[in-house]
Amino acid sequence: MSTQLLLDGVNRSFDGFKAINDLSLTVEKGELRAIIGPNGAGKTTMMDIITGKTRPDTGRVLWNQSVDLTRTDEAGSARLGIGRKFQKPTVFETQTVEDNIALALKEDRSVWATLFYRRSAEDTRRIGELLELVKLSHVAGWMAGDLSHGQKQWLEIGMLMAQDPELLLVDEPAAGMTDAETMRTAELLRQIAGKHTVIVVEHDMDFVRALGCRVTVLHQGHVLAEGSLDHVSANEQVIEVYLGR
Amino acid sequence: MRLLPRLLLSFALCLWASIAAAQTLEELVSTLPDGNYDDRAAVVAQIAATGDDRALKVLEVLLAGDLEVLDSNGRVVQIRKQGRDDFASDILTGEDYGEVPSRGSSKVRVNNSLRRDIRTAIGTMTLRHPDPARRLAAAESAFRSPDPDQSELLAEALAAETDPKVAEALAEAIAAGTLALGGSEAEKLGAVAVLRAMGNTDAKTVLSGAATDPDAAVADAAAEAVHHIEQMQNLWGLAQNVWFGLSLGSVLLLAAIGLAITFGVMGVINMAHGELVMLGAYTTFAVQEAIRSSFPALFDWSLLIAAPLAFLVAGGVGVAIERGVVRFLYGRPLETLLATWGISLALQQLVRTIFGPNNREVGNPSFMSGAFELGQMTVTWNRLWILVFALAVFAVLLFVLKKTPIGLQMRAVTQNRAMAANMGIRTGWVDAMTFGLGAGIAGLAGVALSQIDNVSPNLGQSYIVDSFMVVVFGGAGNIWGTLAGAFSLGIANKFLEPWTGAVLAKILVLVFIILFIQKRPRGLFAVRGRAVDA
Amino acid sequence: MLSLIDRRMGIFLAGLFVLAVAVPAGNLAMAGQPVPSYIVALLGKYLCYALLAVALDLVWGYCGILSLGHGAFFALGGYAMGMHLMREIGARGVYANPDLPDFMVFLGWKELPWFWTGFDMFGFALLMVLLVPGALAFVFGWFAFRSRVTGVYLSIITQAMTYALMLAFFRNEMGFGGNNGLTDFKDVLGFSLQADATRAGLFVLSAIALAAGLLVAKAITSSKLGKVLIAIRDAESRTRFIGYRVEEYKLFVFVVSAMMAGVAGALYVPQVGIINPGEFSPANSIGIVIWVALGGRGTLVGAALGAIIVSVAQTLFTSWFPELWLFALGGLFVFVTIFLPTGVLGLIESRLGRKAKPPAGAKEASA
Repeated sequence: MSTQLLLDGVNRSFDGFKAINDLSLTVEKGELRAIIGPNGAGKTTMMDIITGKTRPDTGRVLWNQSVDLTRTDEAGSARLGIGRKFQKPTVFETQTVEDNIALALKEDRSVWATLFYRRSAEDTRRIGELLELVKLSHVAGWMAGDLSHGQKQWLEIGMLMAQDPELLLVDEPAAGMTDAETMRTAELLRQIAGKHTVIVVEHDMDFVRALGCRVTVLHQGHVLAEGSLDHVSANEQVIEVYLGR
Repeated sequence: MRLLPRLLLSFALCLWASIAAAQTLEELVSTLPDGNYDDRAAVVAQIAATGDDRALKVLEVLLAGDLEVLDSNGRVVQIRKQGRDDFASDILTGEDYGEVPSRGSSKVRVNNSLRRDIRTAIGTMTLRHPDPARRLAAAESAFRSPDPDQSELLAEALAAETDPKVAEALAEAIAAGTLALGGSEAEKLGAVAVLRAMGNTDAKTVLSGAATDPDAAVADAAAEAVHHIEQMQNLWGLAQNVWFGLSLGSVLLLAAIGLAITFGVMGVINMAHGELVMLGAYTTFAVQEAIRSSFPALFDWSLLIAAPLAFLVAGGVGVAIERGVVRFLYGRPLETLLATWGISLALQQLVRTIFGPNNREVGNPSFMSGAFELGQMTVTWNRLWILVFALAVFAVLLFVLKKTPIGLQMRAVTQNRAMAANMGIRTGWVDAMTFGLGAGIAGLAGVALSQIDNVSPNLGQSYIVDSFMVVVFGGAGNIWGTLAGAFSLGIANKFLEPWTGAVLAKILVLVFIILFIQKRPRGLFAVRGRAVDA
Repeated sequence: MLSLIDRRMGIFLAGLFVLAVAVPAGNLAMAGQPVPSYIVALLGKYLCYALLAVALDLVWGYCGILSLGHGAFFALGGYAMGMHLMREIGARGVYANPDLPDFMVFLGWKELPWFWTGFDMFGFALLMVLLVPGALAFVFGWFAFRSRVTGVYLSIITQAMTYALMLAFFRNEMGFGGNNGLTDFKDVLGFSLQADATRAGLFVLSAIALAAGLLVAKAITSSKLGKVLIAIRDAESRTRFIGYRVEEYKLFVFVVSAMMAGVAGALYVPQVGIINPGEFSPANSIGIVIWVALGGRGTLVGAALGAIIVSVAQTLFTSWFPELWLFALGGLFVFVTIFLPTGVLGLIESRLGRKAKPPAGAKEASA
């Protein structure tokens, strides 16, 4: 296995508040990784740094052992193959479900290519496939804004898949889902992993257990513990952080 | 007991003398054209001795060679040329005799010796004039045109002078005379010292002349003094620019501070803000009109009466705008911008319909009129009061926001509307009050601006772009940023002006802000952090 | 090309065609001249405004960039054309100077400033009509979009931009005629601007430019790029995260829109006979926004319609009840933003009961 993503000694503060404090983390290719931690542990900031939304003050962020992610912007990281799903589902509400997927399809993103783009039969087939995968074929012509909350979550996952990213960053996918939906989402993510690298940020311990993967615990912008869920659950510091106060 | 008759006698003599003088000025003037130059010199001395204010005019006109006698009626007149025609008016009564035909009058001639006498006579009259202002003017004129005949006169006047300001001016005039007309080395060095202390452009001119004095010691001292004066002038020039900048900054602060609340705190773009300022100015106008017609004695208090009224008028209109329009558009800033622009158009037209399209005159109360000198810079009272007023408004606003319950509620609603509502705060009421506060402060700004700007329906339009720039530059949501933004933009503008001219300075400042915002999109004192992007 | 013409576009273009034929015919060819000449110039002016509105709708309606400075691009195009028309006066000016326009002679200038060279050539002037507004939009947009200045901040600095330009053009030293601007034009390409036939020709050209502008805008918004623009408008951050360089897209559409506005200005100037710094005033630019808002933003045709409706209303009001016009316009701003978020076009189409696509942005706005 080779390293997909490396964070080494990363720091970032906002007006004196250290959101990320000497954070080091390694994720292997094809790995499924869950990141847990209490509010303010720095999970979102970490994702912002990986996707180029926020620049770290110090530290290295390396993609595929070669590309420096501290120099890319959001679009740049997406073009490298990093896909991100937000906690609150954000889809293009005034466009159809099908157009949402079409916009996310892995294509040349330059202005001219987009202006003169013609949809090929291959693209149409891919869109159909993806709609099938996220079970939205029957509503392909709807405005995305008319979908239910759960459907939007799935549409967003479909858009992520359309990008065909090497790494998926998934922020609390189970928020607001029913138990059945939660389990189906976990199963989907397990399916995706292997072929893609997946990092999931989550609060819901049942969901993390269902993922059955390596877990990293963040606390005050720093890695507190890492290992299987049972292993970290037994860690006294972790218990203190989660239960102590 | 023989004292009394003597007193009476002298009193009677004085009375007679003054009456005689009054009569004889006329007579003296009428005899002026007669006789030769020596006779005329004698009459001039007598005219000067009358001490009559009109005598001064006679002598000045005579000196200028504009005193003539009309052939038609023998009156002594002053001739004024308009194009090729001459017009005459009586030298004493000022009565207008209209156009004089050519060769219809003859000049009262003067020669060089007589001119000297006249100058001396004028100098004596003005340097010993009862009015200190006239004495000061005479001393200043003596400074500008040193005259050997007057040196003695000046020295005598200085010895007799009681007013310190006039005495200073006289000493300076004597010093200028010494340098221009000659004296011993010690005298000249003393004169250089006096002019060095005087330190203005006039002194510099005289000293520059003295820098070529054949006496090396005097020349060096003069050159050093010129250098010293230049340095001081640069410093004062700097101070004057800072003052102009602070003054402009205070105007910007007043115009922008209400906006800092509606835009900065509530996130509402109120394009009608400038019109609320205008309403404040018109309230001041209306108050002054009422005072003029009914209670003229209260005129000096008009601004103090207008201020609370302007706050209420503009604040009331602000609350109406918020309840009537803005509250339907929360969360849609671009739509708010358009709707409030529409309101601004309507308000302009409303004022135009009621008060007419022309500028309205708003008077300065006496305590805001005039200016005073601070070293070498001039400070006008109205600008100074506006600066004080702006800072006072700022302080009160700061207090209201930080220390009062309504301020606490405003901040609570701004930060988390839903939470504030759950805690029992009437968010709608707080919104209206916040908007009303911002609008009311705009009204106060209007009271101040009415003192320095034209009160017209377009008043607000000229401030709206500037005040948005201030808020955006300072950083929305931070009223300290507004303070810093207003003063730094004001000073930057005034420092550019001497180099570039006023319009280009303004353009450059705008371009600078446009570039600055691109560098720091959230302004000078941005609230930074993770929450901002949300 | 034909696929771009949907029903509303078709109806509008047909109407425009009828106008472009009937107005010149009524002015030039019919007995009794049922269409007086001043009406031709007036309608031509409206069509230029309509093109300007379409340009703004392209950036505001589709990409969410509320420019309060589009009047600047319009004015710059107008000045470029005005400079050519000034040069074409030649020695027929009051001072009969073959090279210098009257105002320069009046200011005592001895030679033509460097930036006036080339404007004697019509082709060069046409190029500048596109390039000058385009270049300003490029430079301004490059800074603004790269720094992610969005929303009201962007609106305010676009307003500052046009305000700064207005102050600059008021200066005599700028070399554009200062306060009075450029005027007293004689002819264009040898055709007298006072002649009815020239005016009719300009009218037809304006109609063609409007139709072309609509079709270009429609082509852009119907392409995948148009969908990206809407995506940026609705969820800018999401669009970045799926790999689109948002600033490049904004810059593209901003520049295209500025050029379109420049063309509108260039057609406007010969028809009204004057261009002065007042065209840069912030109030003018906000006026454009209300045309688009009234007509229905994100509809292109609606924007053009809105411009025409407001301009006609302004002409009628200012001749019948001049003192009421600003009340009416002010009220219109308030009414449209609160009660008519989808504009007139949205209202008409929902009244006709057509199951049109939900108007862009309307759903979000109410959320």
